[in-house]
Amino acid sequence: MSAYAAIVWRELRRAWSTGGLALPLIFFLLVAILFPFAVGPDGKLLARIAPGVIWAAALLAALLPVERLVSPDLESGVLDQLAVRGIPDAGVAAAKVAGHWLGFAPALLVATVIASGLLQLPGAALGPLLLALLIGTPGLAALGVATAALVSGLRGAGALAGLVMLPFAVPLLIFGATADQPGALKLLGAVSLLLVAGCPFVAGAAVRMGRS
Amino acid sequence: MNALALRGVACLRGGRLLFEGLDLALAPGEAALVTGPNGVGKSSLIRIAAGLLAPAAGTVECTGDRALMAEAPALDSELPLAAALNFWAGLDGRREVVPDVLASLDLGPLAQVPVRMLSTGQRRRAALARVVASAAPIWLLDEPANGLDTASVALLEGLIAGHRAAGGIALVATHLPITLPDAREVAL
Repeated sequence: MSAYAAIVWRELRRAWSTGGLALPLIFFLLVAILFPFAVGPDGKLLARIAPGVIWAAALLAALLPVERLVSPDLESGVLDQLAVRGIPDAGVAAAKVAGHWLGFAPALLVATVIASGLLQLPGAALGPLLLALLIGTPGLAALGVATAALVSGLRGAGALAGLVMLPFAVPLLIFGATADQPGALKLLGAVSLLLVAGCPFVAGAAVRMGRS
Repeated sequence: MNALALRGVACLRGGRLLFEGLDLALAPGEAALVTGPNGVGKSSLIRIAAGLLAPAAGTVECTGDRALMAEAPALDSELPLAAALNFWAGLDGRREVVPDVLASLDLGPLAQVPVRMLSTGQRRRAALARVVASAAPIWLLDEPANGLDTASVALLEGLIAGHRAAGGIALVATHLPITLPDAREVAL
């Protein structure tokens, strides 16, 4: 167990020390700021599209650090060293999901409060939106790690990562942005759970395939 | 009892058969020196022995923990050397030995220097320090003498000898001369 905790802690430390924490947040806020400029200062319209904008921004912010999640560890031999110690690749991936989530989600929730002000989201809608992000971001983190493992070692991995990840994130986006509808939160939870449970195995298999 | 045994191992890389029918059994205190020209499969043999690469044929039996020194040092480049080694020593539950191991490899004064500032040879010694600190009975060293100066190669030979004297096993792939007394020679 302590081995997994050490990997999670290492992920967090690397996210903080390489600017991996601040960059996605600034990016997230910038996207939220761009929309009022693009759409115009119509409060009602902004309030209506706010959850969708915030979810799309969160999705892009989660995609941003994908290139540093698996690739550097593959090149520096860290994944091999963990495997030699008998830690399963899927377990390493699960720890990376936890580390990635801790690295961006809590700060993203705080930034959402700021973004909701910029988009004139009514106060009553902020609670459900934060709850939806809390439920959906673990799924985003898992998807990010699986994508990172799939494209690791490839040239132009960053652009490819978007193509691989974004289609799979559509269900999260649909149920997350309509969290005020009945049943949407449950479906969001189901999708997020499926991703969190399945993605570590996908990532582990991708890393194993990469060795041969 | 610790042992490493390869039976009838074949290695296929990119559609090319690098070697086949390789038999090697190492008991405690024994070492094998894998030699041969570039591209003959020395590194692949080490990775097969480490369990990272599946052999195309044959079996690998391993009793006891393995420690691998590959080409990549697997040390976080932004961390000070001692902290980077502490991550692995922490996984192995042996944080307390790191200062002694660093001293034994003449790396004591560099403990607080970030890994990215180290020279090639210093980085190789740091990777060796991770192997020594792990206390794994089976050492798998891929080109450990690369980038080392004469004094460091002597240090490396001394560490392997000490490891074998304590009942350890060493499988060493190298194209540079390393003196290992009574080592099995595997010429690929």
